[in-house]
Amino acid sequence: MKRSLRLARVLLSVQYAYMLEYRAEIALWALSGLLPLIMLALWSGAGAAADLSLGPAELRRYFLAAFVVRQFTVVWVIHIFEEDALQGRLSPYLLQPLHPFWRYLAAHIAEQATRVPFVLAIVLAVWLLGAGASGWPPPSTWLLGLLVTILAFLLRFLLQSVITMACFWSERAAALERLLLIPYLFLSGLVAPLEAFPPALRRLALATPFPSMVDFPARLLSGAEVDLLGGLFTMAAWTALLLPLFLLFWRAGLRRYAAMGA
Amino acid sequence: MGRYLRSLGSFWSSSLAMELEYPLNALIELLSVLGNLAGSVVLLALFYGRGHGLGGWSWDEALVVLGIYTLLDGYTSTLLQPNLGAIVNHVRTGSLDFVLLKPIDSQFWLSARSFSPWGLPGVLAGLALIGLAARRAGASPSLPTLLGTALLLLSSALILYSLWFVLAATSIWFVKVWNATEVLRSTLVAGRFPVSAYPPALRTLFTLVLPVAFLTTVPAEAILGRATPSWVLASLGMALLSLTLSRVLWRHALRYYTSASS
Repeated sequence: MKRSLRLARVLLSVQYAYMLEYRAEIALWALSGLLPLIMLALWSGAGAAADLSLGPAELRRYFLAAFVVRQFTVVWVIHIFEEDALQGRLSPYLLQPLHPFWRYLAAHIAEQATRVPFVLAIVLAVWLLGAGASGWPPPSTWLLGLLVTILAFLLRFLLQSVITMACFWSERAAALERLLLIPYLFLSGLVAPLEAFPPALRRLALATPFPSMVDFPARLLSGAEVDLLGGLFTMAAWTALLLPLFLLFWRAGLRRYAAMGA
Repeated sequence: MGRYLRSLGSFWSSSLAMELEYPLNALIELLSVLGNLAGSVVLLALFYGRGHGLGGWSWDEALVVLGIYTLLDGYTSTLLQPNLGAIVNHVRTGSLDFVLLKPIDSQFWLSARSFSPWGLPGVLAGLALIGLAARRAGASPSLPTLLGTALLLLSSALILYSLWFVLAATSIWFVKVWNATEVLRSTLVAGRFPVSAYPPALRTLFTLVLPVAFLTTVPAEAILGRATPSWVLASLGMALLSLTLSRVLWRHALRYYTSASS
């Protein structure tokens, strides 16, 4: 236990220092997540929004929350793992008495910590532009929302890690992420609140893990009515499905790993 | 000139041969184009579903805009991503040295070295959608209109290229703007919709700062026969301006290039 804590602290502080070097880039990355805000502009201008059960203030809160969730659930493990596996950098990691994915997880968390100031600045700017027409949800609501956002990040990290295992079989596995991104983009609630979906499409979306990654935490964060236990249960169920899958693929993949490169 | 064309021929045939090593990627790309297109159409349908519109554009006219977006996205995957995405790596590893030593213009080499056939399904799907939707929208373009649209599309392609190149060239100073280009790609998502659907402030931003309007909306208006000379001139001017800017900036950036230690 003591060892794990120390390991976590060292990994996180090293990765944080590393990420701080790239803060200019991370600021740009934060900008690249503006999609929910662009969609907010579209929805609030479109007549279709009037038919939704969400009022303009709720719509604004929802997309602002979706923006925050998106910022803290960015996952790029497949790209870095592909590079590490192809260039043989994975080999020394494998020799260490630590699963290499802990390192990647620490890198993601450190990167998110570097994002915090940028995200706060953007949220504040949008808040001021929106003239603060809607109140801020109570602290208990958004603290819970942030907690669930972290869970959403872990779920997305896990899902992408499962896909990442294809890197052991193909040199271009990162292309799979492009496929995974499509349902994530359209079904997660990132581009439209799930209320706007026709019932059949909505059922389809809810049968996938994607709404757990944006819609559920964003709703919590924005202070909307949510089925908290149901949402948490869905997340737990997907985790219970994906985690064994990841471990299985990891073992099978390691046996194929040829340690290319230097 | 002849030398450049000959080089281009051998560049593209060699990268084609390399890409064909990964036939499975063709399938992934095809699925990703179809998935993205389907998702975008569904999203658009959410806006039009209950008899509302988007910025005064009819359903078919909005599909023309989406077609142009798909076309440009395909062009991005074919030429911009494989070439300009690699510039950062050249700077980081110092292999830009070898590019600069070649007896050929370095901007040309960096911009045209690779060719990825996997963007072509997007190009074809985009063209098909433009044709189909324009016909359904009641446009019967004459030959001059078609030529004008082609010219405007060319200018969109040049604007997109210049923006991307300028961002990639800044890697000489920042070394790691690894995915700065991804920022561009995700902001351009705004081009899926006619620019008049956005609130006035964003419309100005998308016209003057991030010329999304010139990329998709202006060519779409041209094929629908609604182009005004002032917009056409503005688009051509923008293309010329941004191309010149990319050239000047590259010349300037090279003076700061200090190579990387091995």
